[in-house]
Amino acid sequence: MRKRQRKVKDPLLISLIEALSEDRVTDGASARRIYSKDGSVMEGGRAGIICFPEDTSEVAKCVSIANEHDREFVTRGAGTGLAGGSVPCNDPIMIVTTRMNKIIDVDLEKRIAWVQPGVVNLDLSNSLKGTGLHFAPDPSSQQACTIGGNVANNSGGPHCLAYGVTNSHVAALEVVLPDASIVQMGSTEGEACGYDLRGVFVGGEGTLGVATQIAVRLTEDPPEIATLLLDFSKITDAAETVSQIIANGVLPAALELMDRNVVAAVEPFAKAGYPLDAEAVLIAEVDGLPDGVAQEVDIISEIAMNNGAREVRIALDQEERERIWKGRKSAFGAIAKIKPDYYLHDTVIPRGRLAEVVEKVYEIAERYDLLVMNVFHAGDGNLHPLLVFDARIPGTLEKVRQAGEEIVRISLEAGGVLSGEHGIGLEKQRFMSQQFSERDLEAQDALRRSFDPDNRSNPHKVLPSGASCGELNSLNEIPEGIWV
Amino acid sequence: MKSMQEFTEEIGDTSFVSVRGGGTRWDLGGPLKEGTIEVEAPQGVIDFKPEEMIVRVGAGTKLSKLQNDLTELRQEIALAGPPGSTVGGSLAVGSSSHRSARIGRACDVLLQADCVGADGKQFVAGGPTVKNVTGYDICRLLVSSLGTLALMGVVTLRTRPKPETGVWLRGELALEEIRKHCYRPASVLHDGSKTFLLIEGYEKDVEKEKASLEKIGMEVLDGQLEIPPLQKGATKEDLNGGFLDLQVGAVYSNTPHCTNQISEEVQRLSRRIKKNFDPTGRLNPGRMPY
Repeated sequence: MRKRQRKVKDPLLISLIEALSEDRVTDGASARRIYSKDGSVMEGGRAGIICFPEDTSEVAKCVSIANEHDREFVTRGAGTGLAGGSVPCNDPIMIVTTRMNKIIDVDLEKRIAWVQPGVVNLDLSNSLKGTGLHFAPDPSSQQACTIGGNVANNSGGPHCLAYGVTNSHVAALEVVLPDASIVQMGSTEGEACGYDLRGVFVGGEGTLGVATQIAVRLTEDPPEIATLLLDFSKITDAAETVSQIIANGVLPAALELMDRNVVAAVEPFAKAGYPLDAEAVLIAEVDGLPDGVAQEVDIISEIAMNNGAREVRIALDQEERERIWKGRKSAFGAIAKIKPDYYLHDTVIPRGRLAEVVEKVYEIAERYDLLVMNVFHAGDGNLHPLLVFDARIPGTLEKVRQAGEEIVRISLEAGGVLSGEHGIGLEKQRFMSQQFSERDLEAQDALRRSFDPDNRSNPHKVLPSGASCGELNSLNEIPEGIWV
Repeated sequence: MKSMQEFTEEIGDTSFVSVRGGGTRWDLGGPLKEGTIEVEAPQGVIDFKPEEMIVRVGAGTKLSKLQNDLTELRQEIALAGPPGSTVGGSLAVGSSSHRSARIGRACDVLLQADCVGADGKQFVAGGPTVKNVTGYDICRLLVSSLGTLALMGVVTLRTRPKPETGVWLRGELALEEIRKHCYRPASVLHDGSKTFLLIEGYEKDVEKEKASLEKIGMEVLDGQLEIPPLQKGATKEDLNGGFLDLQVGAVYSNTPHCTNQISEEVQRLSRRIKKNFDPTGRLNPGRMPY
């Protein structure tokens, strides 16, 4: 009864309930707690009223109401993001897209699917089974993350090495802009005239508006796949192998590296037959027509052996292939059993400097007396050094922060960038000025202001605005079930 | 090679200014305002990094020269353009190849751009790695912008492996039938009466697909097919002697066409973008990319 009275008194709540329905709008304390976090280590977010729209017009109403009440809003999918991109600051309206989970239309001839943003990534590919098509971006959280979230973060995944990240697989978007107008960006027929609004919206981390319908391109299933497990006694040899594979004109579908610590953690669970005495294991997958696949398997095998690989194992069947990938994709769950907390970065470096930078990452961890585990998308130089620790031990958090900053610094010094797939969100804003000059950031701000002059859509993210975002803290808690 | 500093000084911070590439699609986006000064971007390859699959070049470099140099490294970039086109011009136009279904589109090519803004100051968009989600992807905005937002001086581009071989075939098969006989064809074009198919890959695979397609009536075409440039916004009604890409719906023709319906909301947003990047309208005045 008390709750009902409170609702009646809050004009914002009344407006949102009128726009949607009572059962799809809440300001309950427990819901606000849940939606104050995402998969990142960012703590201290504060969600306002939480809305569950079901279609474009309802999203537009939510945004319009936010404008009328001079409120900020944050869009959120499954909340698996790792950079705090959907962590709310200062009680914004939360637009949660999980009920916008319909696959609207699949055109098998054009190989285009229109989906709502709340469709889970893997659900789309599963729904396409038997058609010979799939949705190529495969972030490791694909069982949970939504396609809207993939659009916001321009998500990658192991198989994006050859097929490209989300931006390459989005043909068109329907978007509710921060002024509540509805626009279509891109085209499913040829290429659209004008500025590439579609291209720049993807990866905008929810700061440029809300994608309410997404036309994704579907990719043909390859007729032949070969998965190789390459076993090295030195991680530098594995890294050199990666560089040489690419330099030799082979672009594998995936090229993933796990170090000894990761292998030791995942093998008991995955039972993939990873060699426990290897310093590094490289998973290489090539696909395509049979002769080309055979040729690339030979090239990769030869390069690996020339670089000191102890063994090249080729998965004999689908079951073995799945076991190999299960180990890679369960790495972060397994790591949680070693120490209660972890913190990872997502920098990208030139492939040719993998060996050198990974060595430095180990040196940094040793200097700070921290355990580091490396599991990453080696093929595109996307590092995921994981600092694994117990935050209950006094002084540990500070060491983790400092070590993390050094890892970022050496990545940038090696000619790299801050983020390959997790985005900037709240977590990496403070590093932006290490990669970009003030003038570079002005150009980015010009883009943002064009879409959102009032800075209302997922504010306080991406650019180092200096604006307050409450008492946010990171590194306090381990997120569960989060993968990279 | 002209330095970025020299390029910046030529652009200055007051005059109406445009960068002239090869001038092969100079009229796109409307006529340039009278009195606009024209400058040229730096030309030449700065760094090939085949192991990174990137190349860094002056935007004024001829596209054909770059593609030839890359061929020696068994790599290529997913840009196309008429003879004489420059890299910067092809990016500014957003000139995807007719092979985009296999190799990707122009919008995916630009990784980093060293630019001069309307204020006459240099800035960098994007980053030098093949994977990057750090901040807003201004490179996406620059491609297809016809130089109306910033002027590109030096660019870092994504390269990709060049296929071992390719074969053009001609026939009357529909796309659906073609797909039963080949995997990820590079190009499936239609000129209004016949289908032209380009298959690419490793020699043995291509040979097998070719044999399979010949059995169902496709015939090998002697030599290369002359493909005009991509025309954005054009539909199959606008072929005009060109080709319709049956896989992606794009049209390649010699008739410039960019008149598809753009909503008032998109125009409003586009004008805001232009205003925020170029408040005085000095970059390529008179032009808009729609």
